[in-house]
Amino acid sequence: MAGSSHDSARRNNLILAICVAAAVACLPLVVKDVYIQNMLVLTLMYAALSQSWNILSGYCGQISLGHALYFGLGAYATLLLFTKFGVLPRFGMIAGGVIAAAVAAAVGYPCFRLKGHYFVIATIVIAEAGLLLMLNWDWAGAAMGIEVPVRGDSWAKFQFARSKLPYFYFALGLALVAWIVTWKIEDSRWGYWWRAVKDNAEAAESLGVVVFRSKMAAAAVSAFLTAVGGGFYAQFVSYIDPESVMSFQFSLLMALPAVLGGIGTLWGPAVGAAILIPITEVTRSYAGGTGKGFDLIVYGLLVMGIALGRPEGIVGAFSARKRAKTA
Amino acid sequence: MTAEAVIQSLASGLLMGLIYGLVAAGLALIFGLMDVVNFAHGEFLMTSMYAAFGLYLAFALDPLASAPFVAGAMFVFGAVVYLGLVRFAMSASANAGMVQIFATFGLAITMRGLAQLLFTPDYRSIPHSWLGGKTLKVAGIFLPAPQLAGALVSLAAFGALWLVINKTDFGRALEATREDAGAVALVGIDKKRIFALGWGLGGALVGLAGAVLATFFYIYPDVGASFALIAYVTVALGGFGSVFGAFAAGILVGVVEAGTAFILPASLKYLGIYALYLLVVVLRPRGLFGSL
Repeated sequence: MAGSSHDSARRNNLILAICVAAAVACLPLVVKDVYIQNMLVLTLMYAALSQSWNILSGYCGQISLGHALYFGLGAYATLLLFTKFGVLPRFGMIAGGVIAAAVAAAVGYPCFRLKGHYFVIATIVIAEAGLLLMLNWDWAGAAMGIEVPVRGDSWAKFQFARSKLPYFYFALGLALVAWIVTWKIEDSRWGYWWRAVKDNAEAAESLGVVVFRSKMAAAAVSAFLTAVGGGFYAQFVSYIDPESVMSFQFSLLMALPAVLGGIGTLWGPAVGAAILIPITEVTRSYAGGTGKGFDLIVYGLLVMGIALGRPEGIVGAFSARKRAKTA
Repeated sequence: MTAEAVIQSLASGLLMGLIYGLVAAGLALIFGLMDVVNFAHGEFLMTSMYAAFGLYLAFALDPLASAPFVAGAMFVFGAVVYLGLVRFAMSASANAGMVQIFATFGLAITMRGLAQLLFTPDYRSIPHSWLGGKTLKVAGIFLPAPQLAGALVSLAAFGALWLVINKTDFGRALEATREDAGAVALVGIDKKRIFALGWGLGGALVGLAGAVLATFFYIYPDVGASFALIAYVTVALGGFGSVFGAFAAGILVGVVEAGTAFILPASLKYLGIYALYLLVVVLRPRGLFGSL
């Protein structure tokens, strides 16, 4: 009985996701403004990134504030493979994902023994060390960064100077893939294990959950998807340097939509991104261009407000109410 | 020649390390007291540096002279942040750990934005401080006077802190609250008041550190970020919450930084600190001096 209502809820979620994606796919029919299209691309990208972050930090409960490392690895792998070896970006993104997953596993091996603040600070420290190394790595352009050489618009080279739409559809696809991966995992053995690890690692261990391997798997999946997003971003902005793809602010930007929408929920990251990214982009363009810091102030106040006012996130608050109603 | 260079770099590492200890002291105090990591700690430091800079511009006060005033102002600021923000974050109904992290992060971003708005992103410095540019030569080793003064301020501050914690009623209440915040209510200690005073004291300590740094470091809105990360590393190495652990860890961090700069290019000097952190917490997950 409970199983069948659970299954139908899951099916409804999937149908809803496909409908939302279809509706978003139709947006360019009405939205012709390039500035707004640009904002939509970023919103979808952060929905995808935050969904990836949510897998490790939300579902598995290992709060990472170092995901900028994986984002930057994806961006650098994609552009370096293309500019130095002529590898097409679509393969470069996959390679970046694999490298990031390997790094996540290598980093996780010692770090998943750490608890609480020790773990959070370790993630920051490792990402900062990565940033320092990239800043000093001459072959990879060091602090100057690398530019995508212009090769004309094509999917093969993943360059589109004339229109934002290809980027838009790719970002939409990425967000959908990240959502479906989360949806799939939620009901799998891994999904149950992760939530068990999050709620009480010791109890989970005693019930036979392989805690360490669970964390490693979550980190690898999360890092892979984040790096693909980084590769996409590099192509989208066509110029990267260490500060612009690996700085701490990206780690925060990936976490915040999930925090706003609801940590460890299926819809939280997408809902959070849909609210947060337009607000930050609009304040940035209207007030931030002057370099006066208005955008930071608005952003910071928003983050404080979210943390204090909606500790369970928008989606979390909604489903808690629904649960209370049906009970 | 080489031996001299090694001693020279050890000495400057030691001075810087004492200052790092002072920067981290307030963070460690607050963490030990109530299990909260203040992610706006770097911005507290930045604010203190601008305060020292402002007092210099307005009254031609040297940062070393204005340090007590900066510390006093930061005491009030710290208590206000607790009463106006952290108090509510701690009573969050869900995800309490996450709420504390992001509430203080939000504060950090806001403070950085305000600094940009009020002071522009330009780099400032105090051109004619008492000790600026002066060095002391002791037994063939050059000691930059501002750093030396900062190290002495740090020693004095830790000495005073030791007296406060061990010899005053407030210190005893602080220790008691830190050990068991629930039980102290039974003996008539107002927990909230102690927390507010703890945040005030933490603010005052970082205020001192900011004034000291203002004598020889550039002042700009993002200046807190790199010092904050070093402070987190210092506090974690010292064993979260141990104020005197942070003191020892600060010295270690300073010396390791100087040692790294000796071996690797100077732009990579923080790598040594990061490696030290990872090594220590992996081998000893409670930090060097942490109990439990």
